[in-house]
Amino acid sequence: MQKRRVIPGFSLSMGFTVTYLSLIILIPLAALFLKATRLGPSEWWEILTSPRLIAAAKLTFGASAAAAVVSTIFGLLVTWVLVRYRFPGRRLLDAMVDLPFALPTAVAGITLTAIYAPNGWVGQYLEVWGIQAAYNPLGVFIALTFIGFPFVVRTLQPVMEDFGVEYEEAAATLGAGRWIVFWRVIFPMFVPALITGFTLAFARAIGEYGSVIFISGNLPMQTEILPLLVVSKLEQFQYEAAAVIAAGMLMISFVLLFLINLLQRRLNWKNH
Amino acid sequence: MRHCSATSESAWVRRLLIGVAVTIISVFLLLPLAAVFAEAFRKGWEIFLASLHEEAALSAIKLTLIAAGISVPLNTLFGVSAAWLITKFRFRGRSLLLALIDLPFAVSPVIAGLVWVLLFGAKGWFGPWLELHDIRIIFALPGIVIATMFVTFPFVARELIPLMETQGSDQEEAAIILGARGWQVFLRVTLPNIKWGLLYGVLLCNARAMGEFGAVSVVSGHIRGETNTLPLHVEVLYNEYQFSAAFACATLLAFLALVTLGIKSAVEHLTGHQSSNHQ
Amino acid sequence: MSISIHSISKTFGAYTALDNVSLEVPNGSLTALLGPSGSGKTTLLRIVAGLDFPDPGPSSIAFHGDDVSEVSARKRGVGFVFQHYALFQHMSVAQNIAFGLRVLPSGQRPKKSEIRDRVLELLKLVRLEGLEGRRPHELSGGQRQRVALARALAIRPKVLLLDEPFGALDAQVRKDLRRWLRQFHDEIGLTTLFVTHDQEEALELSDQVVVMRNARIEQVGKPQSVYDQPRSPFVYEFLGNVNKLQEGKNVRYLRPHEIDVLFAAECDPATDVLARVYHLFSAGPIATLTVKLEDGQFLDVELSRKQLDELSLSVGDEVAVRLAGRTA
Repeated sequence: MQKRRVIPGFSLSMGFTVTYLSLIILIPLAALFLKATRLGPSEWWEILTSPRLIAAAKLTFGASAAAAVVSTIFGLLVTWVLVRYRFPGRRLLDAMVDLPFALPTAVAGITLTAIYAPNGWVGQYLEVWGIQAAYNPLGVFIALTFIGFPFVVRTLQPVMEDFGVEYEEAAATLGAGRWIVFWRVIFPMFVPALITGFTLAFARAIGEYGSVIFISGNLPMQTEILPLLVVSKLEQFQYEAAAVIAAGMLMISFVLLFLINLLQRRLNWKNH
Repeated sequence: MRHCSATSESAWVRRLLIGVAVTIISVFLLLPLAAVFAEAFRKGWEIFLASLHEEAALSAIKLTLIAAGISVPLNTLFGVSAAWLITKFRFRGRSLLLALIDLPFAVSPVIAGLVWVLLFGAKGWFGPWLELHDIRIIFALPGIVIATMFVTFPFVARELIPLMETQGSDQEEAAIILGARGWQVFLRVTLPNIKWGLLYGVLLCNARAMGEFGAVSVVSGHIRGETNTLPLHVEVLYNEYQFSAAFACATLLAFLALVTLGIKSAVEHLTGHQSSNHQ
Repeated sequence: MSISIHSISKTFGAYTALDNVSLEVPNGSLTALLGPSGSGKTTLLRIVAGLDFPDPGPSSIAFHGDDVSEVSARKRGVGFVFQHYALFQHMSVAQNIAFGLRVLPSGQRPKKSEIRDRVLELLKLVRLEGLEGRRPHELSGGQRQRVALARALAIRPKVLLLDEPFGALDAQVRKDLRRWLRQFHDEIGLTTLFVTHDQEEALELSDQVVVMRNARIEQVGKPQSVYDQPRSPFVYEFLGNVNKLQEGKNVRYLRPHEIDVLFAAECDPATDVLARVYHLFSAGPIATLTVKLEDGQFLDVELSRKQLDELSLSVGDEVAVRLAGRTA
């Protein structure tokens, strides 16, 4: 059934888009899953429950979650200040928020290491208090907070900017103090955006490689992240094992992506 | 600013919050930026320049430029095509397509490189065939380009789709009724309307293409002087404890990031056009 | 050039936008497609323009006898003015108007000087001389409207289609433009079909009114006939203010100006009923009176100020009400 369309270019754009998408994305991902299925379920189990993987998974998911939480808290504060207050340098600060997003991960990686290493800019002070920030999970956590931060701010910003001051005014006229107004009236309206920002930061963090491998130390069972484990398997030509771990990570990523899409759609409906 | 209104905090709370926010941004974001430049120049200006002129560094820069030079235009072409398809037409599978375009964002860079090794590596699907025809994709330029294309795939599309969705199709329909043909409609009506979105998309796509590390690291083989892009070269130098040289190369990339942010800010400031989203 | 529409149906999934609609639009007329939202009028207009396609079937659209059903929108030679004008934002007024001429194939395209002359001629026609360099966002709503019109006319269309031409404008601008459009149409004599949900606009402007509802045409006719001889309660109610009086099992429809108000003493039981004045509104050229009948029903009555003064009424007064409406 040939459907007549007024606007031209349907076949051309459909053909090109689908072909390109298949070649660059779909076929490669399919290859990954196919490779992973070369191994049977028992081998899957063996790989996915190996101590080394479990350690890496704990570190990756744990640090990512913690980093996303901290990013969210910092992000809320910074967004509030950027949106609601006027002060010299505000524009500059606002532009800087995008830095972790625009900065290549390797650059972020070596720089964070330089800063937090025992003899580093900040690291030397932490050393005095006995805190070691580099070459251990804390370093991973710091790096992941760095890269997750812009996601929270940029997700929350439009919501805060659109936030009608009427709600606050109404609450104030009803006699509520400022703190209560914030917690009961303002904050709840940001929760959807915060959850979306958190999920975005989390999803990005679990796959992060470049920013983390310099500062983490990469000791298997201790400071090895999941992506590094995949690379390690690859370098040992254990393609199938690498594929299995990657497939597992992908499944989780897809679930998160699905969740994010859902959340963002809800967010858009609420705000437009 | 001393007034106390019904919808604002007292001055000292405000100042405190501003102070904390500025501190967070400074320590967290600005400090690393400063550190890059400080570390790069630690041994002085001459060493800095020498590092950049070193042969391996130059070839790394060249490789980075080539990879970006191929992937950005192609992904831009895709972005425009996908945005046109998705925003001007309604068809079954449209939402799925939209979700699929976002896919690379959800994938770890390492996996983005892994899939190509699985396809074109020695033990990959096409491995034997490529071996036979003496074509090298993995551990060579084509692999790097393809991996870069994968990770920068969505940028232009994601910038254009919300923009074109908001703009609607009225102007295009008007142009058609006035007698314009397909390409005329696109070039004369649509393109001028999306030019800022296109610019943002290309800027972000390029920044990511030049700075990509994880995916390229997996496919490149780290062959010094041949298959190292600039980010990979930074890693190589760092692992060899040539810290100043590593940071010198890193400053180039940091500079690229700053230029990208700068152009974006400037355009937003001058034209009032905002980027569609930040992902 | 006349427009002949035959058996057009259009469904969007489960939703029927048009149900076997047929219509004749005479050459040179100004015809209004009038109806509430969802009645199908914009869909019909877009199908005539070629921006949408009817469901497969025995349908046809003809301009002056020539079937254009298979002709693409690009080649139909239709002038279309969108509800929100759809002006090209990044082009000047002159460039907007010239667009249709500049995209002509090189064989048919006029010389640059000819295009320029035509643009100026059209600007003069729509009374926007001097604005050729402006951008759309620098214009008022009414000005954008006229640029859209000039742009549509530049290609010398066979018919002119307008989608809610005054919908996005302020009340005063709307009135002025209405007057202007009628004059304009009389000047150029192009067959024009426009969509509106405003009955006053349709009745005031058009030669022919097409009342639509729920994907069908309810009635077609001159404004006077449609107003005076409505064929259904819907048409009656849509075209003006209505009173609905329950009389036993029947409903009697009355226009506010068809009701006479007399002194209670003059009440003639054969034709009149008694009522009390409930509400009085007289700040305007016409006085509106709400009366409450003995059985509790309300009627709205329109009187001239003169009649009101003669009766010198206040709220609560008893009056006699003479009805002259029709039964449904």
